[in-house]
Amino acid sequence: MTGDLGSENRTPADKAIIRINSLSKNFGTIQAVDGVSLEIQAGEFFALLGPSGCGKTTLLRMLAGLETPSAGSIIIDGEDMSRVPANRRPVNTVFQSYAVFPHLSVLDNVGYGLKVTGIRAVEVRDRAEAALDLVKLEGYGARMPDQLSGGQRQRVALARALIKRPKVLLLDEPLSALDAKLREAMRHELVNLQETVGITFIIVTHDQEEALSMADRIAVMDRGCVRQVAPPAQLYEFPTNRFVADFIGSVNLLEGIVSAVDGAEMTVQAALLAAPLRIVQDKRFVPGTKVWVAIRPEKINMTKLETGPTLRLDDNNQVEGIVEEITYLGDFSIYHVRIADRPEGLVKVAVPNFDRATLRPFIWEDRVILRWNPNSGVVLDS
Amino acid sequence: MKVRDNARRIQPGPLEYTRQAWMRMILLATFVFLYTPIATLVAFSFNDSRRNIVWRGFTTKYYEKALANDGLIEAFVNSLSIAFVSTFISIILGAMTAFMLWRFRFPLKPLYEGAVTLPIVIPEICMGVAMLVFFARIGWPTGLPWPLNLGQIAIAHVSFSFPFVAVVVRARLASFNPEIAEAARDLGAGEWAVMRDAVIPHMRPGLLAGGLLAFTLSLDDFVITFFTSGPESVTFPVKVYSMVRFSVTPEVNAASTVLVVITVTVTALALWIQNKQSSEARG
Repeated sequence: MTGDLGSENRTPADKAIIRINSLSKNFGTIQAVDGVSLEIQAGEFFALLGPSGCGKTTLLRMLAGLETPSAGSIIIDGEDMSRVPANRRPVNTVFQSYAVFPHLSVLDNVGYGLKVTGIRAVEVRDRAEAALDLVKLEGYGARMPDQLSGGQRQRVALARALIKRPKVLLLDEPLSALDAKLREAMRHELVNLQETVGITFIIVTHDQEEALSMADRIAVMDRGCVRQVAPPAQLYEFPTNRFVADFIGSVNLLEGIVSAVDGAEMTVQAALLAAPLRIVQDKRFVPGTKVWVAIRPEKINMTKLETGPTLRLDDNNQVEGIVEEITYLGDFSIYHVRIADRPEGLVKVAVPNFDRATLRPFIWEDRVILRWNPNSGVVLDS
Repeated sequence: MKVRDNARRIQPGPLEYTRQAWMRMILLATFVFLYTPIATLVAFSFNDSRRNIVWRGFTTKYYEKALANDGLIEAFVNSLSIAFVSTFISIILGAMTAFMLWRFRFPLKPLYEGAVTLPIVIPEICMGVAMLVFFARIGWPTGLPWPLNLGQIAIAHVSFSFPFVAVVVRARLASFNPEIAEAARDLGAGEWAVMRDAVIPHMRPGLLAGGLLAFTLSLDDFVITFFTSGPESVTFPVKVYSMVRFSVTPEVNAASTVLVVITVTVTALALWIQNKQSSEARG
């Protein structure tokens, strides 16, 4: 059966290196991964993103063969690998703790994967040295792991995992143990490395910035399920549900009911606003649907009520409010504006600190008008 | 500034224990109480007197006498043979027990864990009697040629020393990062290769420490050995005991001194190996 499946999957048009079919894993009564289906293309830099405990690491471990699926299947390069043990999968892993063998030198660490499969010592040495060059650790071969910094140890783990030329490289929170500056540098290096070696990378992370900056595509996970799979910009600008909209970046969610659909435009009556919202988007819902309008803080334009331009009464996407809280973040500030006298009546607005001045353009208790374009909001029904 | 420096020198801080007179006194007293008997033992092995009470001058003749004592030498060789064999078996059994307790979950595991450590706490005399009854009950053959006649003692020694190895190795395994084993597996190692390349290297200091413990326990055990040894299989402590029954001659002192030297040497050697390994790992 697997043979037939294999030959079917190996058509030239098919570029998926990994197919995950309704994969589940439960530990006792806890459902860690719940019916996940994914396709990952060859040569892709793919990220599994989600809060801690969302099942992303369990999913990665199942791909590595370190956990056995409770249900579903994993097809790697056309072969069913669901029950194949870790040591016989064309997949290698960079572990969160790096798991560098403490009793082996750097060179022996890197060469381990080849040595254990019975490759001649001379070849192991040559390839290990080449792998060290690849991760910019030339000349470090004789060192012991505890003579290395955290960043260098991670490079050893990378070289060790890449030396067997796996079809897929799995990275479990690879940057979480590094300090902020090094983390940013490593992000670029990982992307460059992936382009150099051309191997499919699957990275697990809880850091959205990491996923957005590195990955070609991101799967956002929550409670064992994949909530959306999309390229970074699409994920940010066009989330398909409230979880993704809220998890990636910051968002204002306005609850409401679709009141009318007119061509490309939808009208939503939000509970907090007097005037209905007008939104232009491809996906439309029938009138009467309960929806949430998601608007990013940086897509809202804020002006003072006294000094701002006169209100355009035909524009529905505006609301009056009072500045309640200001969070200064250096490059920009977040203003919390109260638009309604209810707990959920606070809207976040991001304003870049364009002028180099300590004087704020807005202060507390300022009466302001918030405006946004019809194509700034996203209407979500879940 | 200078005044304050002086003041600090006179009045030690609350944590500067080594600079407080009473602490130094306690330290000194501890050393005196611990080592005076051993020092006396060693000193009197060179005493030129048959009765070991008054110092009558220096001699090494009791060492020569001890070396010429065939019974003593035989007991000594027996003890070393038993110690080596029982240590070897204890390390293997102890490591396997520790690994099983660390790696697997199975029914009645707490009970098993308790049962394994029982020989550590059980009174030696009970263990000795139990061994005696056990070997008599199963009809263990007596009068076997050397070294098979030491089998009973070796088995008895293994049974009380392997739990020590197990406990030490188990403690060591607690600090093992399971991702190391997973990394080995991920890189293509089968179950055995994972053991050989990831788990055992981590266990090694525990194996060494446990083995050393087993070795010294076996070498100087008296009670259990006394119950399991026959007339043909006398160990060093049992032999010394039988010699002391007549009189404490410097010959006994000489023999005991040799035992002390061996024990200290083995311990120092093991510590040195362990240090060398850890400093090699550090560079």
